Formats: sequence, C-alpha cells, structure tokens
Amino acid sequence: MSEVALSDTTMAASTSRSRAQVLKRLRSSDIYFRQLTRLSVLLVLGLLSGVILALVIGSIPALKTFGFSFVYTEVWNPVSEQFGALAPVYGTLVTSAIAMVIAVPVGLMVAFFLTELCPMVLRRPIAIAIELLAGIPSIIYGIWGLFIFAPFLQKNVQPFLIDTFDGVPGLQSLFAGPPYGIGMLTAGFILAIMVLPFITAISRDVFDAVPPVLKEATYGLGCTTWEVFKHVILPFTRVGVIGGVMLALGRALGETMAVTFVIGNAHTVSASILQPGTTISASIANEFTEAVGDLYTSSLIALGLILFVITFIVLAIARYMLLRLQQQGR
Amino acid sequence: MANSRQNNLYASRRLRNMLAKSLAYGATAFGLGWLVLILGVLLIHGIGGLSLAVFTENTPPPGSDGGLLNAIVGSIMMTLLAIAIGTPIGILAGTYMAEYGRHDKLAMIVRFINDILLSAPSIVIGLFIYEVLVAPMGHFSGFAGSVSLAVIVIPVVVRTTEDMLKLVPDTLREAAASIGLPRSMMIQRIAYRAARAGIVTGILLAIARVSGETAPLLFTALNNQFFSVNMNAPMPSLPVVIFQFALSPYEEWQSLAWTGALLITFTVLGLSIVARSLTARKS
Amino acid sequence: MKLVKFAVATAAAMAVSWTAAAADLSGAGSTFVYPVLAKWADQYKKDTGVGLNYQSIGSGGGIKQIKAKTVVFGATDAPLTGKDLDESGLAQFPIIMGGIVPVVNLEGIKPGDLTLDGATLSGIYLGTIKKWDDAAIAKLNPGVKLPSTAIALVHRADASGTTFNFTYYLSAVNADWKSKVGTNTAVQWPGGIGAKGNEGVANNVAQTKGSIGYVEYAYAKQNKLTFTKMINKAGKTVSPTSESFQAGAASADWKSQPGYGVILANQPGDASWPITASTWILVHKQPADAAALGEALKFFAWAYSKGQDAAKALDYIPMPASVVADIEKMWGTDIKDASGKPVFALTH
Repeated sequence: MSEVALSDTTMAASTSRSRAQVLKRLRSSDIYFRQLTRLSVLLVLGLLSGVILALVIGSIPALKTFGFSFVYTEVWNPVSEQFGALAPVYGTLVTSAIAMVIAVPVGLMVAFFLTELCPMVLRRPIAIAIELLAGIPSIIYGIWGLFIFAPFLQKNVQPFLIDTFDGVPGLQSLFAGPPYGIGMLTAGFILAIMVLPFITAISRDVFDAVPPVLKEATYGLGCTTWEVFKHVILPFTRVGVIGGVMLALGRALGETMAVTFVIGNAHTVSASILQPGTTISASIANEFTEAVGDLYTSSLIALGLILFVITFIVLAIARYMLLRLQQQGR
Repeated sequence: MANSRQNNLYASRRLRNMLAKSLAYGATAFGLGWLVLILGVLLIHGIGGLSLAVFTENTPPPGSDGGLLNAIVGSIMMTLLAIAIGTPIGILAGTYMAEYGRHDKLAMIVRFINDILLSAPSIVIGLFIYEVLVAPMGHFSGFAGSVSLAVIVIPVVVRTTEDMLKLVPDTLREAAASIGLPRSMMIQRIAYRAARAGIVTGILLAIARVSGETAPLLFTALNNQFFSVNMNAPMPSLPVVIFQFALSPYEEWQSLAWTGALLITFTVLGLSIVARSLTARKS
Repeated sequence: MKLVKFAVATAAAMAVSWTAAAADLSGAGSTFVYPVLAKWADQYKKDTGVGLNYQSIGSGGGIKQIKAKTVVFGATDAPLTGKDLDESGLAQFPIIMGGIVPVVNLEGIKPGDLTLDGATLSGIYLGTIKKWDDAAIAKLNPGVKLPSTAIALVHRADASGTTFNFTYYLSAVNADWKSKVGTNTAVQWPGGIGAKGNEGVANNVAQTKGSIGYVEYAYAKQNKLTFTKMINKAGKTVSPTSESFQAGAASADWKSQPGYGVILANQPGDASWPITASTWILVHKQPADAAALGEALKFFAWAYSKGQDAAKALDYIPMPASVVADIEKMWGTDIKDASGKPVFALTH
C-alpha cells in the first residue's frame, strides 16, 4: 500500500514536472512559429523595398548625368552615350492605350453576355475558356504574333488602312508608312487579347454581385436587357469595373515578351501607329545583356524604374478601387 | 399619333437591345475565336516537330536537328528550386495574414504590397535579381534564375494561402482552442489540413505562372546550349530557348520553338485546369 | 511541415549540383561568326569531347562579357583599340573573315538580280531614298522591274559588330552618313525595324515584303535570302562569293594595327567585295582560369588547321597561314598564367 502510495506521489511529481516541460515546449514552439510567420511577412515587405532600392541605386548614374530631361528626350545613342526615355515611354503608353481601347468594350460585352445572356449550362465552360487566354504564357503570344498575325496584318489589313486614310487630314499621319506588319498597332492588339480575360473576370464578378431586386425592378418597368445593363448594372458596378480596367492596364504596361517580338525595336517616336516603336520592357529585354558602359546599363535600369513607378501607381489605384468596393459591401 | 410615336420608340429600343445582344455574342465569339486560333496554330505547327528526339536530345547548333532535353531539364530544375524557396515563405506569410494578423496594420500593408508584386512587370524582377545576385557573383547562374522565379511565386502563394485559410470556418479554430491546442499547432494540424486543397491549388497556379516566364531569366540564368545541371552556371530553360530559336531564320530551330511552345502551353493550361478542378470540387 | 521538409531536401539536392562543373568552354559575342563557330564546335566535340557553349548575343555583348570575366572568350567584329586592349588586359586575334551582304525581299527579284552601290545603300538607310522605284536604284538596274512600294528598312537592335562594319562602309562612301549617323556597333538609325542578331535581321527580311537588311553571307545562303550585287570602290559590279570576299581581304596589312585590328571594308581591287569583315577573339592575357583558356586556345588552333573546310562550305575566308603562325606565336609570348608560364604550348 505504502509502495503504491510512494509510487503514486513520484508519478504525480514526475507527471507534473513533465507536464510543465511539455507546456513550456509547446509555448516556445508556439512563439517560434508566430515569429516565423511574422518574419516571412517582413520578407515580403523587404522584397518590394529591395526592388525599389535596387532600381533607384542602379539608375543614379543615368539620372545624375541627364537629370529630369531624361524623361522627355528622344535621343537613344549608345555611340555618343546620350540616352532619353521618350521613345520607350511613348511606345509603352500608346500600345497600352490601343490595348485598352480594344479590350475594355469587348471585355465588358463578354461579361454582359456571361451574366445576362448566356445559358446556365454554358456559363462555366465559356468563362473558363476566356480565362485560359490569361494562362497562355506571353512568349507564346509573341511567336504567334510574329509568325501568324503580323504577316496577316501586313498583307491584308495594313495596306487597306494606309490607303483608306491616305489624304484624310489628321488621320493620315496616324495610319501612314510602309506596311511592316509589326509595329505599335500589332503590339497593342496582341496586348488587348492578353488583358481581355482580366477585364472579363473582374467585371463578371461585380456584375454577379448586383442585387437581383434592382434588376427585377427594372425589368418590371419594361426595360430591355440592354437598358438594364446600361442604366442599372454598369452604374452600380462602376467602381469595380474601373478597378478591373486599371488592373488590366497595369498588366499591359509591364508586358514584355509578347511586345518584344512584334514592336519592331525602333527608338523613335512616330505619329503613325503602323510604324515600329519600342516599349520600356522591350528595350530592356533586347539591350540589357549587351549594354556596354555604366551609363548605358544605368539608363536601362532607369527605364525599369520609370516602368515600375508607372505600374505601381496604376496598380495602387486599381487595388484601392477594388478595396473600396469590398468595404461598400458591394 | 401618340400611339405611332410610342411604337417608334419601342421599336428603336428593341433594335438597340438586339444590337447590343448581338455585339455581346460577337464579343464572346471574338474572345473564344482567338483562343481557338492560338491553340490551333500551336497544335498545327508544334505537333509536326513532336517526337521522342525532342525529349532525348539536346538543343542543336543552327542547321541541325536535335531536341529540347537540356532546356526541359533546366526549366524543371529552376521551377522546382523556385517552388522550394517560394512556397514556404509564401505559406508562412499567408498564414500570418490570415491567422495572427487578420486585422493587423502590418497585414493590411503587406496585403497591398503583395498585390503590387503579384502584377509587377517580371522584367523589373529580373533587373532586381541581376543587381543583387548576378552582378556581385560575377556570373549568370541557374540559381539566380530560380531566385527571380521564386520572387514571382511568393505573391501567388501568399494570396491563395490567405484566401484559403480565411475560408476555414472559425468554429474549427474555436473548437481547437477549447481543448487547449496552442495556436501554432491548431494552424498546422487543423487549418492547413482544412485548406490543403486550396493551398495546393495555389502552388499549382504558381508553377503554371513561372513555367512560362521568360523575361526574368534573360539576365539571370542566361542560356546554355549543352546539358547542364550546374546551378552555379548559365542554365538553359524552355522559354529562353524558344525566344532564341523563334527569332532565328533556321527552319529546324523554328520548328523546335513551336514544339517547345506547344509543350509549355499545354503544361500550363493543364496545370491551371487541374488547379481549378481541385477548388471547384471543394466549393 | 512535410512541405518544408520537401523544400529543404530539394534545396540540398540543388546545392550538391552546385559544384558539378562541366569541362565546357564558354564564349559569347558576335552573331557574324556564329554559323561557322557552331559547325566547328559540333565537330570539335565529336573529335575531342570538349564542348563549347557560345552565346550568340552580338559583338557588344561579347565585349561586355569578356571584360566582366563571365566568359572565357569573347568574339567581336568590331575590334578594340590598342588602348582599350591594354587597359582591359585583353589579347585580340582574328579568327575568320566573311562578307556582309544586303538582302532584300521583293516580288520577282531573285538572288543577284538587283545591284546597289554605296550611294544608294546609304541613301536607303538614311531615308532619302524612300521607294524601290527611285531613280537612283533604277539607274543601277536597267531592265529590272522595280515595284513602287515603300522600302521597309531592317537594321540591328543590339550592339553589333556587323553594324560596325556596315556603318564603317557607309561612312566611307557617304560623307552625309558619316556626319549624321557615324560608325559604331549601335547607332541612331534614321528609321526602320530593329532586329536581334544576324538571325533576327534574316528572319525579319524573310517575313516582310519590300524590306532590305544587311547580314553576314552565311545567313543569306543558309536561309535562301535574296542578296544583291554591289559596285565596289573600283567601280566594278561584284557578286558575294568567296572569291570576292578573298579579294576584299587580300590587301590587308594585319600587323599595322594593335591586336590585328584592321577593318576590311571598302578595299581597293577590281574583284573586291566592298563590305568584307573579320571577327576577332578576345581573351585575357592573364586569365583567372588558365586551364579553361588553354582549352579554348587549343580549340582555336584546331579551327585554324582543321576547320578550313567547314568555313569554306559557308563561304567564310580562313586566315592566311602566315598570319596564323604569327597569332600562335603571340599566344606563347603574351598569354600567361599566374606563374608566368604560357597558357598555350606550341606543338609545332
């Protein structure tokens, strides 16, 4: 009996000691895990700061030499070591603008179709099909554009455009020049196909979230499907749609491989969108590994910095709008 | 009089509706048409070159026949390393944002920054890695390429992990707390298990995303025409090889470029569909 | 946490492969020399088992990489000056010669149908001659049906030795070009598409109707592009053949420039091709990896002696034997490892 009693107390003592040990171990591993996750989060923060820092440090030689005039100089001469960002920035903005002009109406109409007109059975497959367009790697768009689309444009579309607008004041210079097949219009068009799924996906989400009671009330008044879309759905989802468009714009601005194949790599600013040009990402992709000299390399990094700043602003606006949408409770 | 005016108004409204509807159908056909066109062209041009040689021989010199073995192996190696580096960081960061810091100011800022990184131009990421890894090391390497891909993997995994963990009902967490489970154990044993399908989806999507990335590899891993498993030297990859071969005038190279494009596209699309079906079954 | 274990295992496996170095030589640079270099590398690997990893990224890239010591040798068609060579501690020697030809893509025009001269070529690239049926072109081509389409220019987008030689020629024949654009590996082109490498120019010309570009002859030959005839300094019309390239290089005095940096464009002689060029190899005089450079020099010695047939098949011109002897002697005297021993031992 006493043995049992003795063994009981030792058992109790050891279990309470080991229990304390286990609890201590649990608590320290708990803290350790929490700190680990915190560290990872700080790493993500550090990544963005690192990118900005690396770009700024790399651009300093170029910015110090050229100053602010770097942004609006067209000259890009590795011989005399004079570099200006005007042609790449112009090309980036123009190709993205062309992409938006095409993709926004088409994307909204596809979302309109998917939410209002499409039979329920087909809804998911067609939505997935459109989203597959976003999954295709951009280099595929590039080679497809160079080998299939550009020759087609050169043979059939561009001569038609040049002839049609020949002599029309104002628009003539917009569609002038020898038909290369590749050029800013081609690049803009391919960008449009690439960003179409982004606009469609986000628009579809916000269109679906419109309270059915609003739509039913409008139908009850005798409005047609189009009128419901134009006067109720679109205004209601305005913020979300703009957010989606900005997101697509952010993608278009930074797109590299698809554009590099079909932009023509000419460091000039042309009025005609049928002419070759260059974008920031295409210039960097083409010239970085061969840039001889600190100033050349630094100018390319400065281009990267400009691109990052532009896309940062656009994406920040996009996220802000989508955030506001969430907070509104849609 | 008023009646005919009303009829005219109604007719024009109906006309506009018809027009809009046909535009919507047309737009969808337009979008789907491009998908069919692109995939179709890929199949036509790429299938012809698809043979066993593509998977067993290395990239050839110009004007000769060969395969894509070194490029495929290089891509797989760099993708695996990128996933190995990026996934733990991504999952841990997503865990913080979903579990510990749900209403934290830090989490809010990081969520915003993560979204920026998610859509940032990948060529800028390549520049960044060039500055911090390639230039100090003095040479291009598969390792630098993997790190640049990892920087692209992290935001994808963070986003999906956070979203999926948030979907786990809080009742599970409360039940765990009520039996005395420490928070970390709850997360590891219960939340992760519940969100497992979603997190795997995130990893698959990240793989799909980096498989097609070319720009960041251009000045980190460069390229290599021979078979190499040396991570400390230039490493071939499928996207960069396609880039080089497609822009060349040699028929054999162009044919290999199409075949490589076919391989990448269908791998990426396959992964995306598998990832989607994983979460679809869940919901 | 199984995922973390997997991650660590993968990372460890990768780390192990870190030091698995191959005995491959690495070089980068000129796309001009790439067709023959690739054939040599293929044959050399069959003969000796040593592989050559060459990145055809343009002469500018080759110069940059060798100066940064990220490759064992660089290849450039734009020679470095004596001062530049001394400052960077590089040795330079020519490996091969070839011709740069204008190529066009016109309906009904076959290789050799069209004739151009320095004035028209520079006029086209300056933008003063805008259409194919311009009077200047028609004068040189009586009886050839020229379309009245606009000329689509193709030039190089990257830093290129081919561009260097081409613009050197244009500057020599056109004072306007010399003052407005000048000579260099990358210039401010007055318009046109930029393509990457000789490969890209060939590709673009093949794809774009009504275009003109300039490529190394092997690219025109291998890809069946339509090359033109040229009128040379002596006023005679010549076709791009190995004979005309040889004539273009015949009067070169290789020892006149440091690092054998003689430009072969616009040489006198009735049969000379006006845009002949050569490619130089750049190596460090005191290499960090003497063994790798030794292997590289062995490859070049093999190319000089056994690579003639492959070169001639692509219409490149091998270096004359006397120059080769002088170059190999230079290797013995100038290129030494850390202990002062020559990296390459002359075996004959």
